Amino acid sequence: MSRSRSDRAEKLLELADDELVLGWRNSEWTGIAPYLEEDVAFSSIAQNEIGHARALYELAAAELGTTADELALGREPEEYRCAPLVELRRLEWARTIARHFLYETADAVRIEALKASSDPEIAGLATKIDREEVYHRIHADMWLDRLQASAEGLRRLREAVSELWPYALGVLDEELRPEWVERIRGRLRFDLPEGRPITRAEHTADLRELWEEMTIVRRSAPGASW
Amino acid sequence: MVWEVFRQERKGQAFQHAGSFEAPDQTFAETYAREFYGRRQESIALWIVPREHIETIGDFVDELGRNYHRVDGYSLKTKLKEAREQVAQRSG
Repeated sequence: MSRSRSDRAEKLLELADDELVLGWRNSEWTGIAPYLEEDVAFSSIAQNEIGHARALYELAAAELGTTADELALGREPEEYRCAPLVELRRLEWARTIARHFLYETADAVRIEALKASSDPEIAGLATKIDREEVYHRIHADMWLDRLQASAEGLRRLREAVSELWPYALGVLDEELRPEWVERIRGRLRFDLPEGRPITRAEHTADLRELWEEMTIVRRSAPGASW
Repeated sequence: MVWEVFRQERKGQAFQHAGSFEAPDQTFAETYAREFYGRRQESIALWIVPREHIETIGDFVDELGRNYHRVDGYSLKTKLKEAREQVAQRSG
């Protein structure tokens, strides 16, 4: 992959990698979510995220002269541009919901900015993606309210948010982050934790493990057409 | 809490019972209903109702066997046949 990618391709890959990796992480609940209805709902969110990743990779691939599959599954783990927040392996439910809420809120801020982009392809795709993201946000919000409605839920959520906070700070850049912080502050019934962002330049060991899993079939038959 | 779902497939059509699911409150119920019965464009509208708000009426008595109250209880074909036979006998 060339080092001189445009900012446009770079941003598209950040977003696509976030959606692909989080899609994988969310799908880890398939079959074992707390109850059947949530199992279906959460799996479907996971599927949407991967669909968004695909569309974003296609846009980036057209610019970079490659294919969506090559970008999604043909890079080395250290080449991924995802935020460490989405890399973390299946968390328990309160942490899953905390990540879901922190991420979806960040994604909303980011998508709004992209919808206003002067690049019509990006603005158009952002608008399409946002139509599905609306439901992810409704889902995240309803769970957030539910957890905050009981003492135990609130305690668990608070622990989860403080643990994930440095990771969450790393999703958006300095330009968009303040808006995200304000939205989060407005929704949480407790004070925001302190912390320094863990940025996209750093990757967790969880990503390497996920990469092995995610690319195993493709690596088993290099160059095969599926 | 169990919710019953009715879906309308096309404009102007009657809502039909589609199934049920569990959800703790109305927000969860709306989300799940959308997810299970709407996201593949299989419905144009949904009604969701908590099962406990549905009144079931089912004890219909017919002690005296008054089958002439029922559309299917009175066979016109048989009666007509009998009447024709009677007429034929009298005129014959």
